[in-house]
Amino acid sequence: MTSFDFEKSIQELEEQLAEFEKSQEKGKIDLTDKIEEMKGKIQEEKVKVYSNLNGWQRVQISRHPERPYTLDYIENCFEDFIEFHGDRGVKDDKAMIGGLAKLNGQSVMVIGHQKGRNTKQRQYRNFGMPNPEGYRKALRLMKMAEKFGIPVVCLIDTPGASPGLEAEERGQGEAIARNLLEMSVLKVPIICIIIGEGASGGALGIGIGDRVMMMENTWYSVISPESCSSILWRSWEHKEKAAEALKLTANDMLGNKLIDGIISEPLGGAHQDTSVAYKLFKDALLQEFNAVQKLPIEILIEQRIQKFAEMGSFEE
Amino acid sequence: MSWYKRVKEGITTLTSEKKSVPDGLWHKCNRCKKTLLAEDHAKNQYVCPGCHYHDKIGSEEYFDILFGNDFEELFANIKPTDPLKFKDTKDYAKRLNESQNKSGLTDAMRVAVGNLTEEQKLVVACMDFGFIGGSMGSVVGEKIARAIDYARENRIPLMIVSKSGGARMMEAAFSLMQMAKTSAKLALLGKAGVPYISLLTDPTTGGVTASFAMLGDVNIAEPEALIGFAGPRVIKETIGRDLPKGFQSSEFLLEHGFIDFIVNRTELKSKLTQLVKLLMNK
Repeated sequence: MTSFDFEKSIQELEEQLAEFEKSQEKGKIDLTDKIEEMKGKIQEEKVKVYSNLNGWQRVQISRHPERPYTLDYIENCFEDFIEFHGDRGVKDDKAMIGGLAKLNGQSVMVIGHQKGRNTKQRQYRNFGMPNPEGYRKALRLMKMAEKFGIPVVCLIDTPGASPGLEAEERGQGEAIARNLLEMSVLKVPIICIIIGEGASGGALGIGIGDRVMMMENTWYSVISPESCSSILWRSWEHKEKAAEALKLTANDMLGNKLIDGIISEPLGGAHQDTSVAYKLFKDALLQEFNAVQKLPIEILIEQRIQKFAEMGSFEE
Repeated sequence: MSWYKRVKEGITTLTSEKKSVPDGLWHKCNRCKKTLLAEDHAKNQYVCPGCHYHDKIGSEEYFDILFGNDFEELFANIKPTDPLKFKDTKDYAKRLNESQNKSGLTDAMRVAVGNLTEEQKLVVACMDFGFIGGSMGSVVGEKIARAIDYARENRIPLMIVSKSGGARMMEAAFSLMQMAKTSAKLALLGKAGVPYISLLTDPTTGGVTASFAMLGDVNIAEPEALIGFAGPRVIKETIGRDLPKGFQSSEFLLEHGFIDFIVNRTELKSKLTQLVKLLMNK
């Protein structure tokens, strides 16, 4: 499994543990005590490392190649998923997926960015960067959900909306803008969860909801730390500083009242123990659903607009 | 031995005898390099009479073009803060201070209500590119939100003049959420049936394009403005080749169906008057 620089101390201990276990198996000496002691040490070290992660380290975890993607959550937390394709205008965007599914017996419209796991898949999914038709497909599905009174779940995981000739020709800006406007008055509950990367307008384009949640090891901001570094420091090398300055972690975002809550992950990130991650995700989602479904939709929409209207910092 | 002999002295005019031209008396066109009196250039609404190049202008000039002196500025007391204590090569607080001193503005947006004609009022929210690249932070978002509320409550049509590099990085996610805030408010304006005209000027990119600038009932643009979501440099780096001529220009957007018409600044007021009359069924 891919590991990061800051996990080195854990890795070293784990290697030692593996040595002990190997000797134990050979049966020459009894190392049970030592193995237990080492396991305790590893756990201690993990708690120490993972409870003090900085912005850039969270960004790295959010991009871990084995981190669950939208389709993984759909497969493990929902039932009876049927995927719907196309924006009915141009084509089917593979970086944005969506369809109906059951969540504990309740129909929901699940929409999300989709990344790929290997080179071929990554290209097929355009690295999780939708084109305008992706945002328009998402809106089509939301409108369908509205028509049938079905709540919407949006899973956000994108390095940004696709920058390209065709994206501009087909109105990337307009597509995202339209979603912001329509989602703010959509007549069904919307829950948005950032499951990986939340980069700028590309994330916000499916990010207007009654509840906007971030998983513990994700980031959400106006720009990626790399691009921020390149623009403000004129070099890619200040990405760690940029990650700190942008205050892009779930804790920072909650502290600034720009999101509604944080969903815990297994120690070290969702990829460390996916079954635990799915359970935490599903429990949180159900809890939020129960809360928003108690309110009449007119009140919900009013509160949704009011929440975003209050975001900002200024003096008068 | 030299080949040539200087027969005349070099410059003989004494500095004290130089005839000086006061700064700003002449204007040289950025594009065709034609020179004309700055006063005439201003009278022509900062459009070159030769090549029709539209110089970048700010809120003061737009208010003057649309209202003359007959307007009232709204929400002028809203000022920026530095919520994240953001620091890149410079502190954001310091950057704000310098921009305020240099531009005489408080932030990159001013709102005014005035008489477009004797019978017709108009609310105009106008961006100032001279203030940190016209970038959208909390103040820009808040002023737009209030301009929309004002237009809705008083049932006066709204125009937003966009001129911006996009969201302001130094306010990070606060800036990002201004896209959501302004778009949500526009949804309410739409429900109230009050017209919103979006005027896109050079340049309009990033988060501004991906929110209020593209959401007009009628989207109009000045000629040859750069309008897009991703900046041309980013796209060029992504696709690894040069961009076609005229890519992301007003004319390109008109051709692809994202703006309703292009208006020369010298005709802005008359065209706008005609449009508002039609929209208001007057």
